[in-house]
Amino acid sequence: MTCDFADSHLHGYFDGELSDPSAAEFERHLQHCDHCAVELVELDLLSGQFQVAQLYEAAPASFRKKIRTSLRPVVPTPTPSSRLSWRWLAAAALLLVAFVVWRVIPAFHGEEDYQARFATGIVEAHLRSLLPGKMTNVNSNDPQTVRAWFEGKVTFVFPVRDFADYGFSLRGGRVDVVQGRTVAALVYANREHLFNVFVWPAREQDASPRAGSRQGYQWIVWGKDKTEFCAVSDAAPAELGQLQRLLAD
Amino acid sequence: MNDLDAENRRRFEQLVLPHVDAAFNLARWLLRSREDAEDVAQEALLRACRFFRGFHGGDARAWLLQIVRNSCYTWLEKNRPRELMVEYDEELHPHPVATPESIAIAEEGRERLTRALETVPPRFREVLVLRELEGCSYKEIATITSIPIGTVMSSLSRARRQLQSLLVSSSHKEALRDV
Repeated sequence: MTCDFADSHLHGYFDGELSDPSAAEFERHLQHCDHCAVELVELDLLSGQFQVAQLYEAAPASFRKKIRTSLRPVVPTPTPSSRLSWRWLAAAALLLVAFVVWRVIPAFHGEEDYQARFATGIVEAHLRSLLPGKMTNVNSNDPQTVRAWFEGKVTFVFPVRDFADYGFSLRGGRVDVVQGRTVAALVYANREHLFNVFVWPAREQDASPRAGSRQGYQWIVWGKDKTEFCAVSDAAPAELGQLQRLLAD
Repeated sequence: MNDLDAENRRRFEQLVLPHVDAAFNLARWLLRSREDAEDVAQEALLRACRFFRGFHGGDARAWLLQIVRNSCYTWLEKNRPRELMVEYDEELHPHPVATPESIAIAEEGRERLTRALETVPPRFREVLVLRELEGCSYKEIATITSIPIGTVMSSLSRARRQLQSLLVSSSHKEALRDV
């Protein structure tokens, strides 16, 4: 026997995709529907199996290398026009090759490797923090308390704010190490997602936001006032973007 | 070579290349093979690079995964058309490639989940991969798979039901074997 709510609400509720009134309606229904209660537990079990099994298959290094190599010729080549003499074309081709060797290839290699390493480091740090008892060293929603705790533990200063009014409440902070670098981590939570915001000093004054994903986790990194920030979470990109805008404001 | 090309290339590297893992993972699960996934995901990335001028901002991951998904289906139609014809009904007829027996033989939970996931037909497998592995929102799933957002939940609920019943039947077989 199934229940109408199971088809119309259950999965959306489980995935956090229902509007607030619909979620409330389903919660009322849940109080007296054993069928949905059992299915919710089963969904939780299934999702737990996915968590444990770690089925995500990241691209192998050989594949990344292949992509780099195969993207090279895609640098737009000038379209041959019948008016152009072969000398022109040869000269243009030579210039193009020179440009690729000089600028594109080194930039491409460096950037891609750095991004891959960076994403791995950030996501690993986020996953480590989800282990029991690893999330916060200072457990408080008071920005003053958290800021005071960081004094003397890290050599740089940065703003600590609570965004509970916008749905992101401060949970606390800790000192972490990402790829051999000591960073401060601020922890925020909204309804069902935890957000780590890693903070470390930077050389550049500002840097515009860059986003990416790895193993189902989203990250955004940006720079402000000689400080670099990276927010990471399993929340949807839009939600993470919202927190980023609040922090960068 | 002009500034625009360099600029577009920089944007491509910045916006699209961080999602190489997502592209590979989706292709691997849709094609059930790492080897084929390498070929098809590579082709999809090249295509994404060619069409990048058509990308006007927004969710770069969803944009890329849409291209990867379409490339996978084109590849399947050409190389394994039978896989796309097999449609599950609610009665749950397991796909011939992995019977509950062969699922049961796989002892480990990870292996069992892998086999069960590969047994679910592509149309349902993709929503499971996008939701459970890639963490996509319903809106992103709708964009990537070109199904209306209103039907994402029902696809996901059917897909999960199929997976659960495959897992249950495989663990039953296992229990019987152990007796």
